[in-house]
Amino acid sequence: MGRIHSVETFGTVDGPGVRFVVFFQGCPMRCQYCHNPDTWQADAGEEVSVDELLSRFERNRSFYKTGGITATGGEPMMQMEFLTELFTKAKERGIHTCLDTSGIFFPGTAGASGMPAGASDQERLAQIDALLAVTDLVMLDIKHMETKAHQSLTGHGNENVLAFARYLDEKGKAVWIRHVVVPGITFDETELAVLGQFLRMLSNVEKLEVLPYHALGKVKYENLGMDYALKDTPQLTKEQAKEAERIIRAAWGKAEAAQ
Amino acid sequence: MQNEWRNFQGGAWENEINVRDFIQKNYTPYDGDDSFLEGPTQDTTDLWKEVLELSKQEREAGGVLDMDTSIISTITSHGPGYLDKEKEKIVGFQTDKPFKRALQPYGGIRTAVKACEDNGYQVDPEVVEYFTTHRKTHNAGVFDAYTPEMRACRSSHIITGLPDAYGRGRIIGDYRRPALYGVDRLIADKQEQLDTTRTIMYSDVIREREELSEQIRALKMLKELAKIYGCDISKPATNVKEATQAVYFAYLAAVKEQNGAAMSLGRTSTFLDIYAERDLREGTFTESEIQEIIDQFVMKLRCVKFARTPEYNAIFAGDPTWVTESIAGIGVDGRHMVTKMSYRYLNTLNNIGAAPEPNMTVLWSVQLPENFKKFCAKTSIQHSAIQYENDDIMRVVHGDDYGIACCVSSMRIGKEMQFFGARANLAKCLLYAINGGVDEISGKQVGPKYRPITSEYLDYDEVWDVYRDMMKWLAGVYVNALNIIHYMHDKYCYEKLEMALHDKKVRRWFATGIAGFSVVADSLSAIKYAKVKPVRDENGIAVDFEIEGDFPKYGNDDDRVDEIAKEVLHTFIGYIKGNHTYRGGIPTTSILTITSNVSYGKNTGATPDGRKKGVAFAPGANPMHGRDTHGAVASLASVAKMPFMDSQDGISNTFTIVPDALGKDAESAENNLTAMLDGYVEKGGHHLNVNVLNKETLLDAQRHPEQYPQLTIRVSGYAVNFIKLTKEQQDEVIARTFHEIM
Repeated sequence: MGRIHSVETFGTVDGPGVRFVVFFQGCPMRCQYCHNPDTWQADAGEEVSVDELLSRFERNRSFYKTGGITATGGEPMMQMEFLTELFTKAKERGIHTCLDTSGIFFPGTAGASGMPAGASDQERLAQIDALLAVTDLVMLDIKHMETKAHQSLTGHGNENVLAFARYLDEKGKAVWIRHVVVPGITFDETELAVLGQFLRMLSNVEKLEVLPYHALGKVKYENLGMDYALKDTPQLTKEQAKEAERIIRAAWGKAEAAQ
Repeated sequence: MQNEWRNFQGGAWENEINVRDFIQKNYTPYDGDDSFLEGPTQDTTDLWKEVLELSKQEREAGGVLDMDTSIISTITSHGPGYLDKEKEKIVGFQTDKPFKRALQPYGGIRTAVKACEDNGYQVDPEVVEYFTTHRKTHNAGVFDAYTPEMRACRSSHIITGLPDAYGRGRIIGDYRRPALYGVDRLIADKQEQLDTTRTIMYSDVIREREELSEQIRALKMLKELAKIYGCDISKPATNVKEATQAVYFAYLAAVKEQNGAAMSLGRTSTFLDIYAERDLREGTFTESEIQEIIDQFVMKLRCVKFARTPEYNAIFAGDPTWVTESIAGIGVDGRHMVTKMSYRYLNTLNNIGAAPEPNMTVLWSVQLPENFKKFCAKTSIQHSAIQYENDDIMRVVHGDDYGIACCVSSMRIGKEMQFFGARANLAKCLLYAINGGVDEISGKQVGPKYRPITSEYLDYDEVWDVYRDMMKWLAGVYVNALNIIHYMHDKYCYEKLEMALHDKKVRRWFATGIAGFSVVADSLSAIKYAKVKPVRDENGIAVDFEIEGDFPKYGNDDDRVDEIAKEVLHTFIGYIKGNHTYRGGIPTTSILTITSNVSYGKNTGATPDGRKKGVAFAPGANPMHGRDTHGAVASLASVAKMPFMDSQDGISNTFTIVPDALGKDAESAENNLTAMLDGYVEKGGHHLNVNVLNKETLLDAQRHPEQYPQLTIRVSGYAVNFIKLTKEQQDEVIARTFHEIM
């Protein structure tokens, strides 16, 4: 059994095609701009079994011919066993699987700050290999290229994330890189260029998604009685998002995606 | 082969009236994309500017620009009317000038008078006197025959929108026949039908002979109409321009003769494409000239107007005429029926902008060519003006030459018609069941005095039991009221021109309808899965309900409630079928409200699902506003579970999604919408209106209507000009579920 926050039955922005998107409950990250703070608590949400989720998918499978299942959250990798079971059984049924993750659980550097204790690095790597074997696409959300800034933005350094990106490259696993661009935090020429240079080292990146920061999550914080760190931060305009993408692509050495 | 038919593949269609056979033998399926399409010509753009200007004047004048008050509209009642004669490639208006509404009193003189009065016009007293004293109308006939119980049901709004004071519509003449055969041939055919009726004069034979004579008279008038505009349609059309003009004259004759609620066009595009293909081959017209003919044909269809009353507008908001045109689909031989003309019709939305009419209806099949699917998706995303209906389930029933009348009513062109029957309010019926037949608003005993429910909490089995009894009663009163209506309509307001464009023997669908569907499903679910306590007034009438606990809601792909919805539908259509129907009509039902969901809600007390008194119902078969919380697929899946064979006259679903929720870029949005339509159709969903827009746009249009003259949205089986809706109706549209990204 696993804990999920909710499902979106017509997911069109989390991976290719029309997708059944499962929002996992629980996340170790505390990203300041997170628009799903209600997914943070690991013990909240609804308890479901893999079979139940898959039956909800199967009954409407005719809608998902161009897509599949996306696991997002929350941080899906926080429930490794459940996630792996979901993807394993999905693959058995020929369903395209997509993992939307921060990569924070990858054992990159020993004792990454604030990580929940548990499996040893070795064990965790084995678990990740098992998961990747049944994952068609990883959407890796790189929050910030500078680890200190990553720390203050999310509560954790970025070593694990970048190590995971390299690991996925070694494995030749298809990856979409996502990057939320926030005025005053990541809407920064140097940061964006560094990301582009990092992507230049990877050969498995199929797509870059620049996500302009929006303040839609704000109201959730209010409802949850939580403080919203970015309350004075403006939303990123479409033009700014284009500019950010241009900078990353220039450093990456890949031309504009055809829009 | 005669010259007009040169280079056509011959067949059975030459020797009998058989348009379908002509199409199947001659059409050219088109698999390419939209790159061949041409933009509007200068003349088209100039004419459309004039139409927009007239629309503006009409709006400023309060909704009507001009009305006839003394000339009774017939097929030949008026001299020619033009916008700008030199520029018009397709000609003809209902009266002697555009935007002037005709006087059509045969449905009911009181309605005609009221329609004029409410717009500041006075019908000639002599006309009123004539149609009151000397010539009976449909409306007068119906009220002579109605029982007191029928009248009570009508005024309590448990049955509403009955076509007893206006034309019933929903009959589609085969307007292609005059183009293919010429009117003379059609007259000869009808004459032969008249000559070969049975000879022993039972009343049905007498009626048949009288009707055929009327039809022949109408066809002669149709030829006259063309002559008024300097055209001769006695012989077959020789090219696409003449064919389009002939189709339009036939349609125009129908709308001059009848003010029907829905006056649909049929399935003309693939038919006309055969002429266009021949003209392109022969060099008669260029692509641009063909597009111009179609743009201007469509422009004329957009100018069709009827005189209507505020009561009518309350249930059919936004001045709709339902010039429904059915496009694409798959042939029974497996070839798709997409032609270049299918593209050209949809391209009119690009060339002269979005508009509610004609009611563009794509007969969707999983097997349609990918290019066409993408073009439809692209056009929907841009204009929100297309509706989709499931060809894969309708083809089984009607073959490959059917069309949609009104919103969702399928029928074979020229071979089937329907008796339109508005709808019964099943939510109110549930309250009648709980209250022993007493109307919860008026306090009157409208239904039978069955045992009311008196327990503190509602028990599901008990409620279901009494609800079935009440539905059975309602079905009886309803069908019998419709029997009277259609008897009288045939007698006093017979559609002679439309029926002249049908075969001699037609199949008649007896089309009932349901309103309040999702309210009933959720109410029964609440009673079953939560605790519902009626709040009773001093007379013991349940006027409100308190709900303890949560319950599954229709629209979330939850079988617990979706099965209840199915059961309600199956039970009701079963009771409908248990009644005798006029003229052997085959009983069907629809889950479609048009825009009457607002007025139905207004006239219905609080319901056990927590809906308060007077609150609008959801439209058609839609889940109740905001209660479908599991995303679009779950919402669509619930509706798609309703079996088409239990609701063969249509299951209407209006779907609204914000543009960003369809995908991150134009291409994925088009692909995702295509995938959604494929998925819905494959699941057996019948009808889907697709709106792609933001709530903010609607709110802004509400504030600044002048900036949105062409903002078109799909409401319920038809599209409207948003700014023509009343404030109340606009608010209801804004309150609907907009599917967004989580």
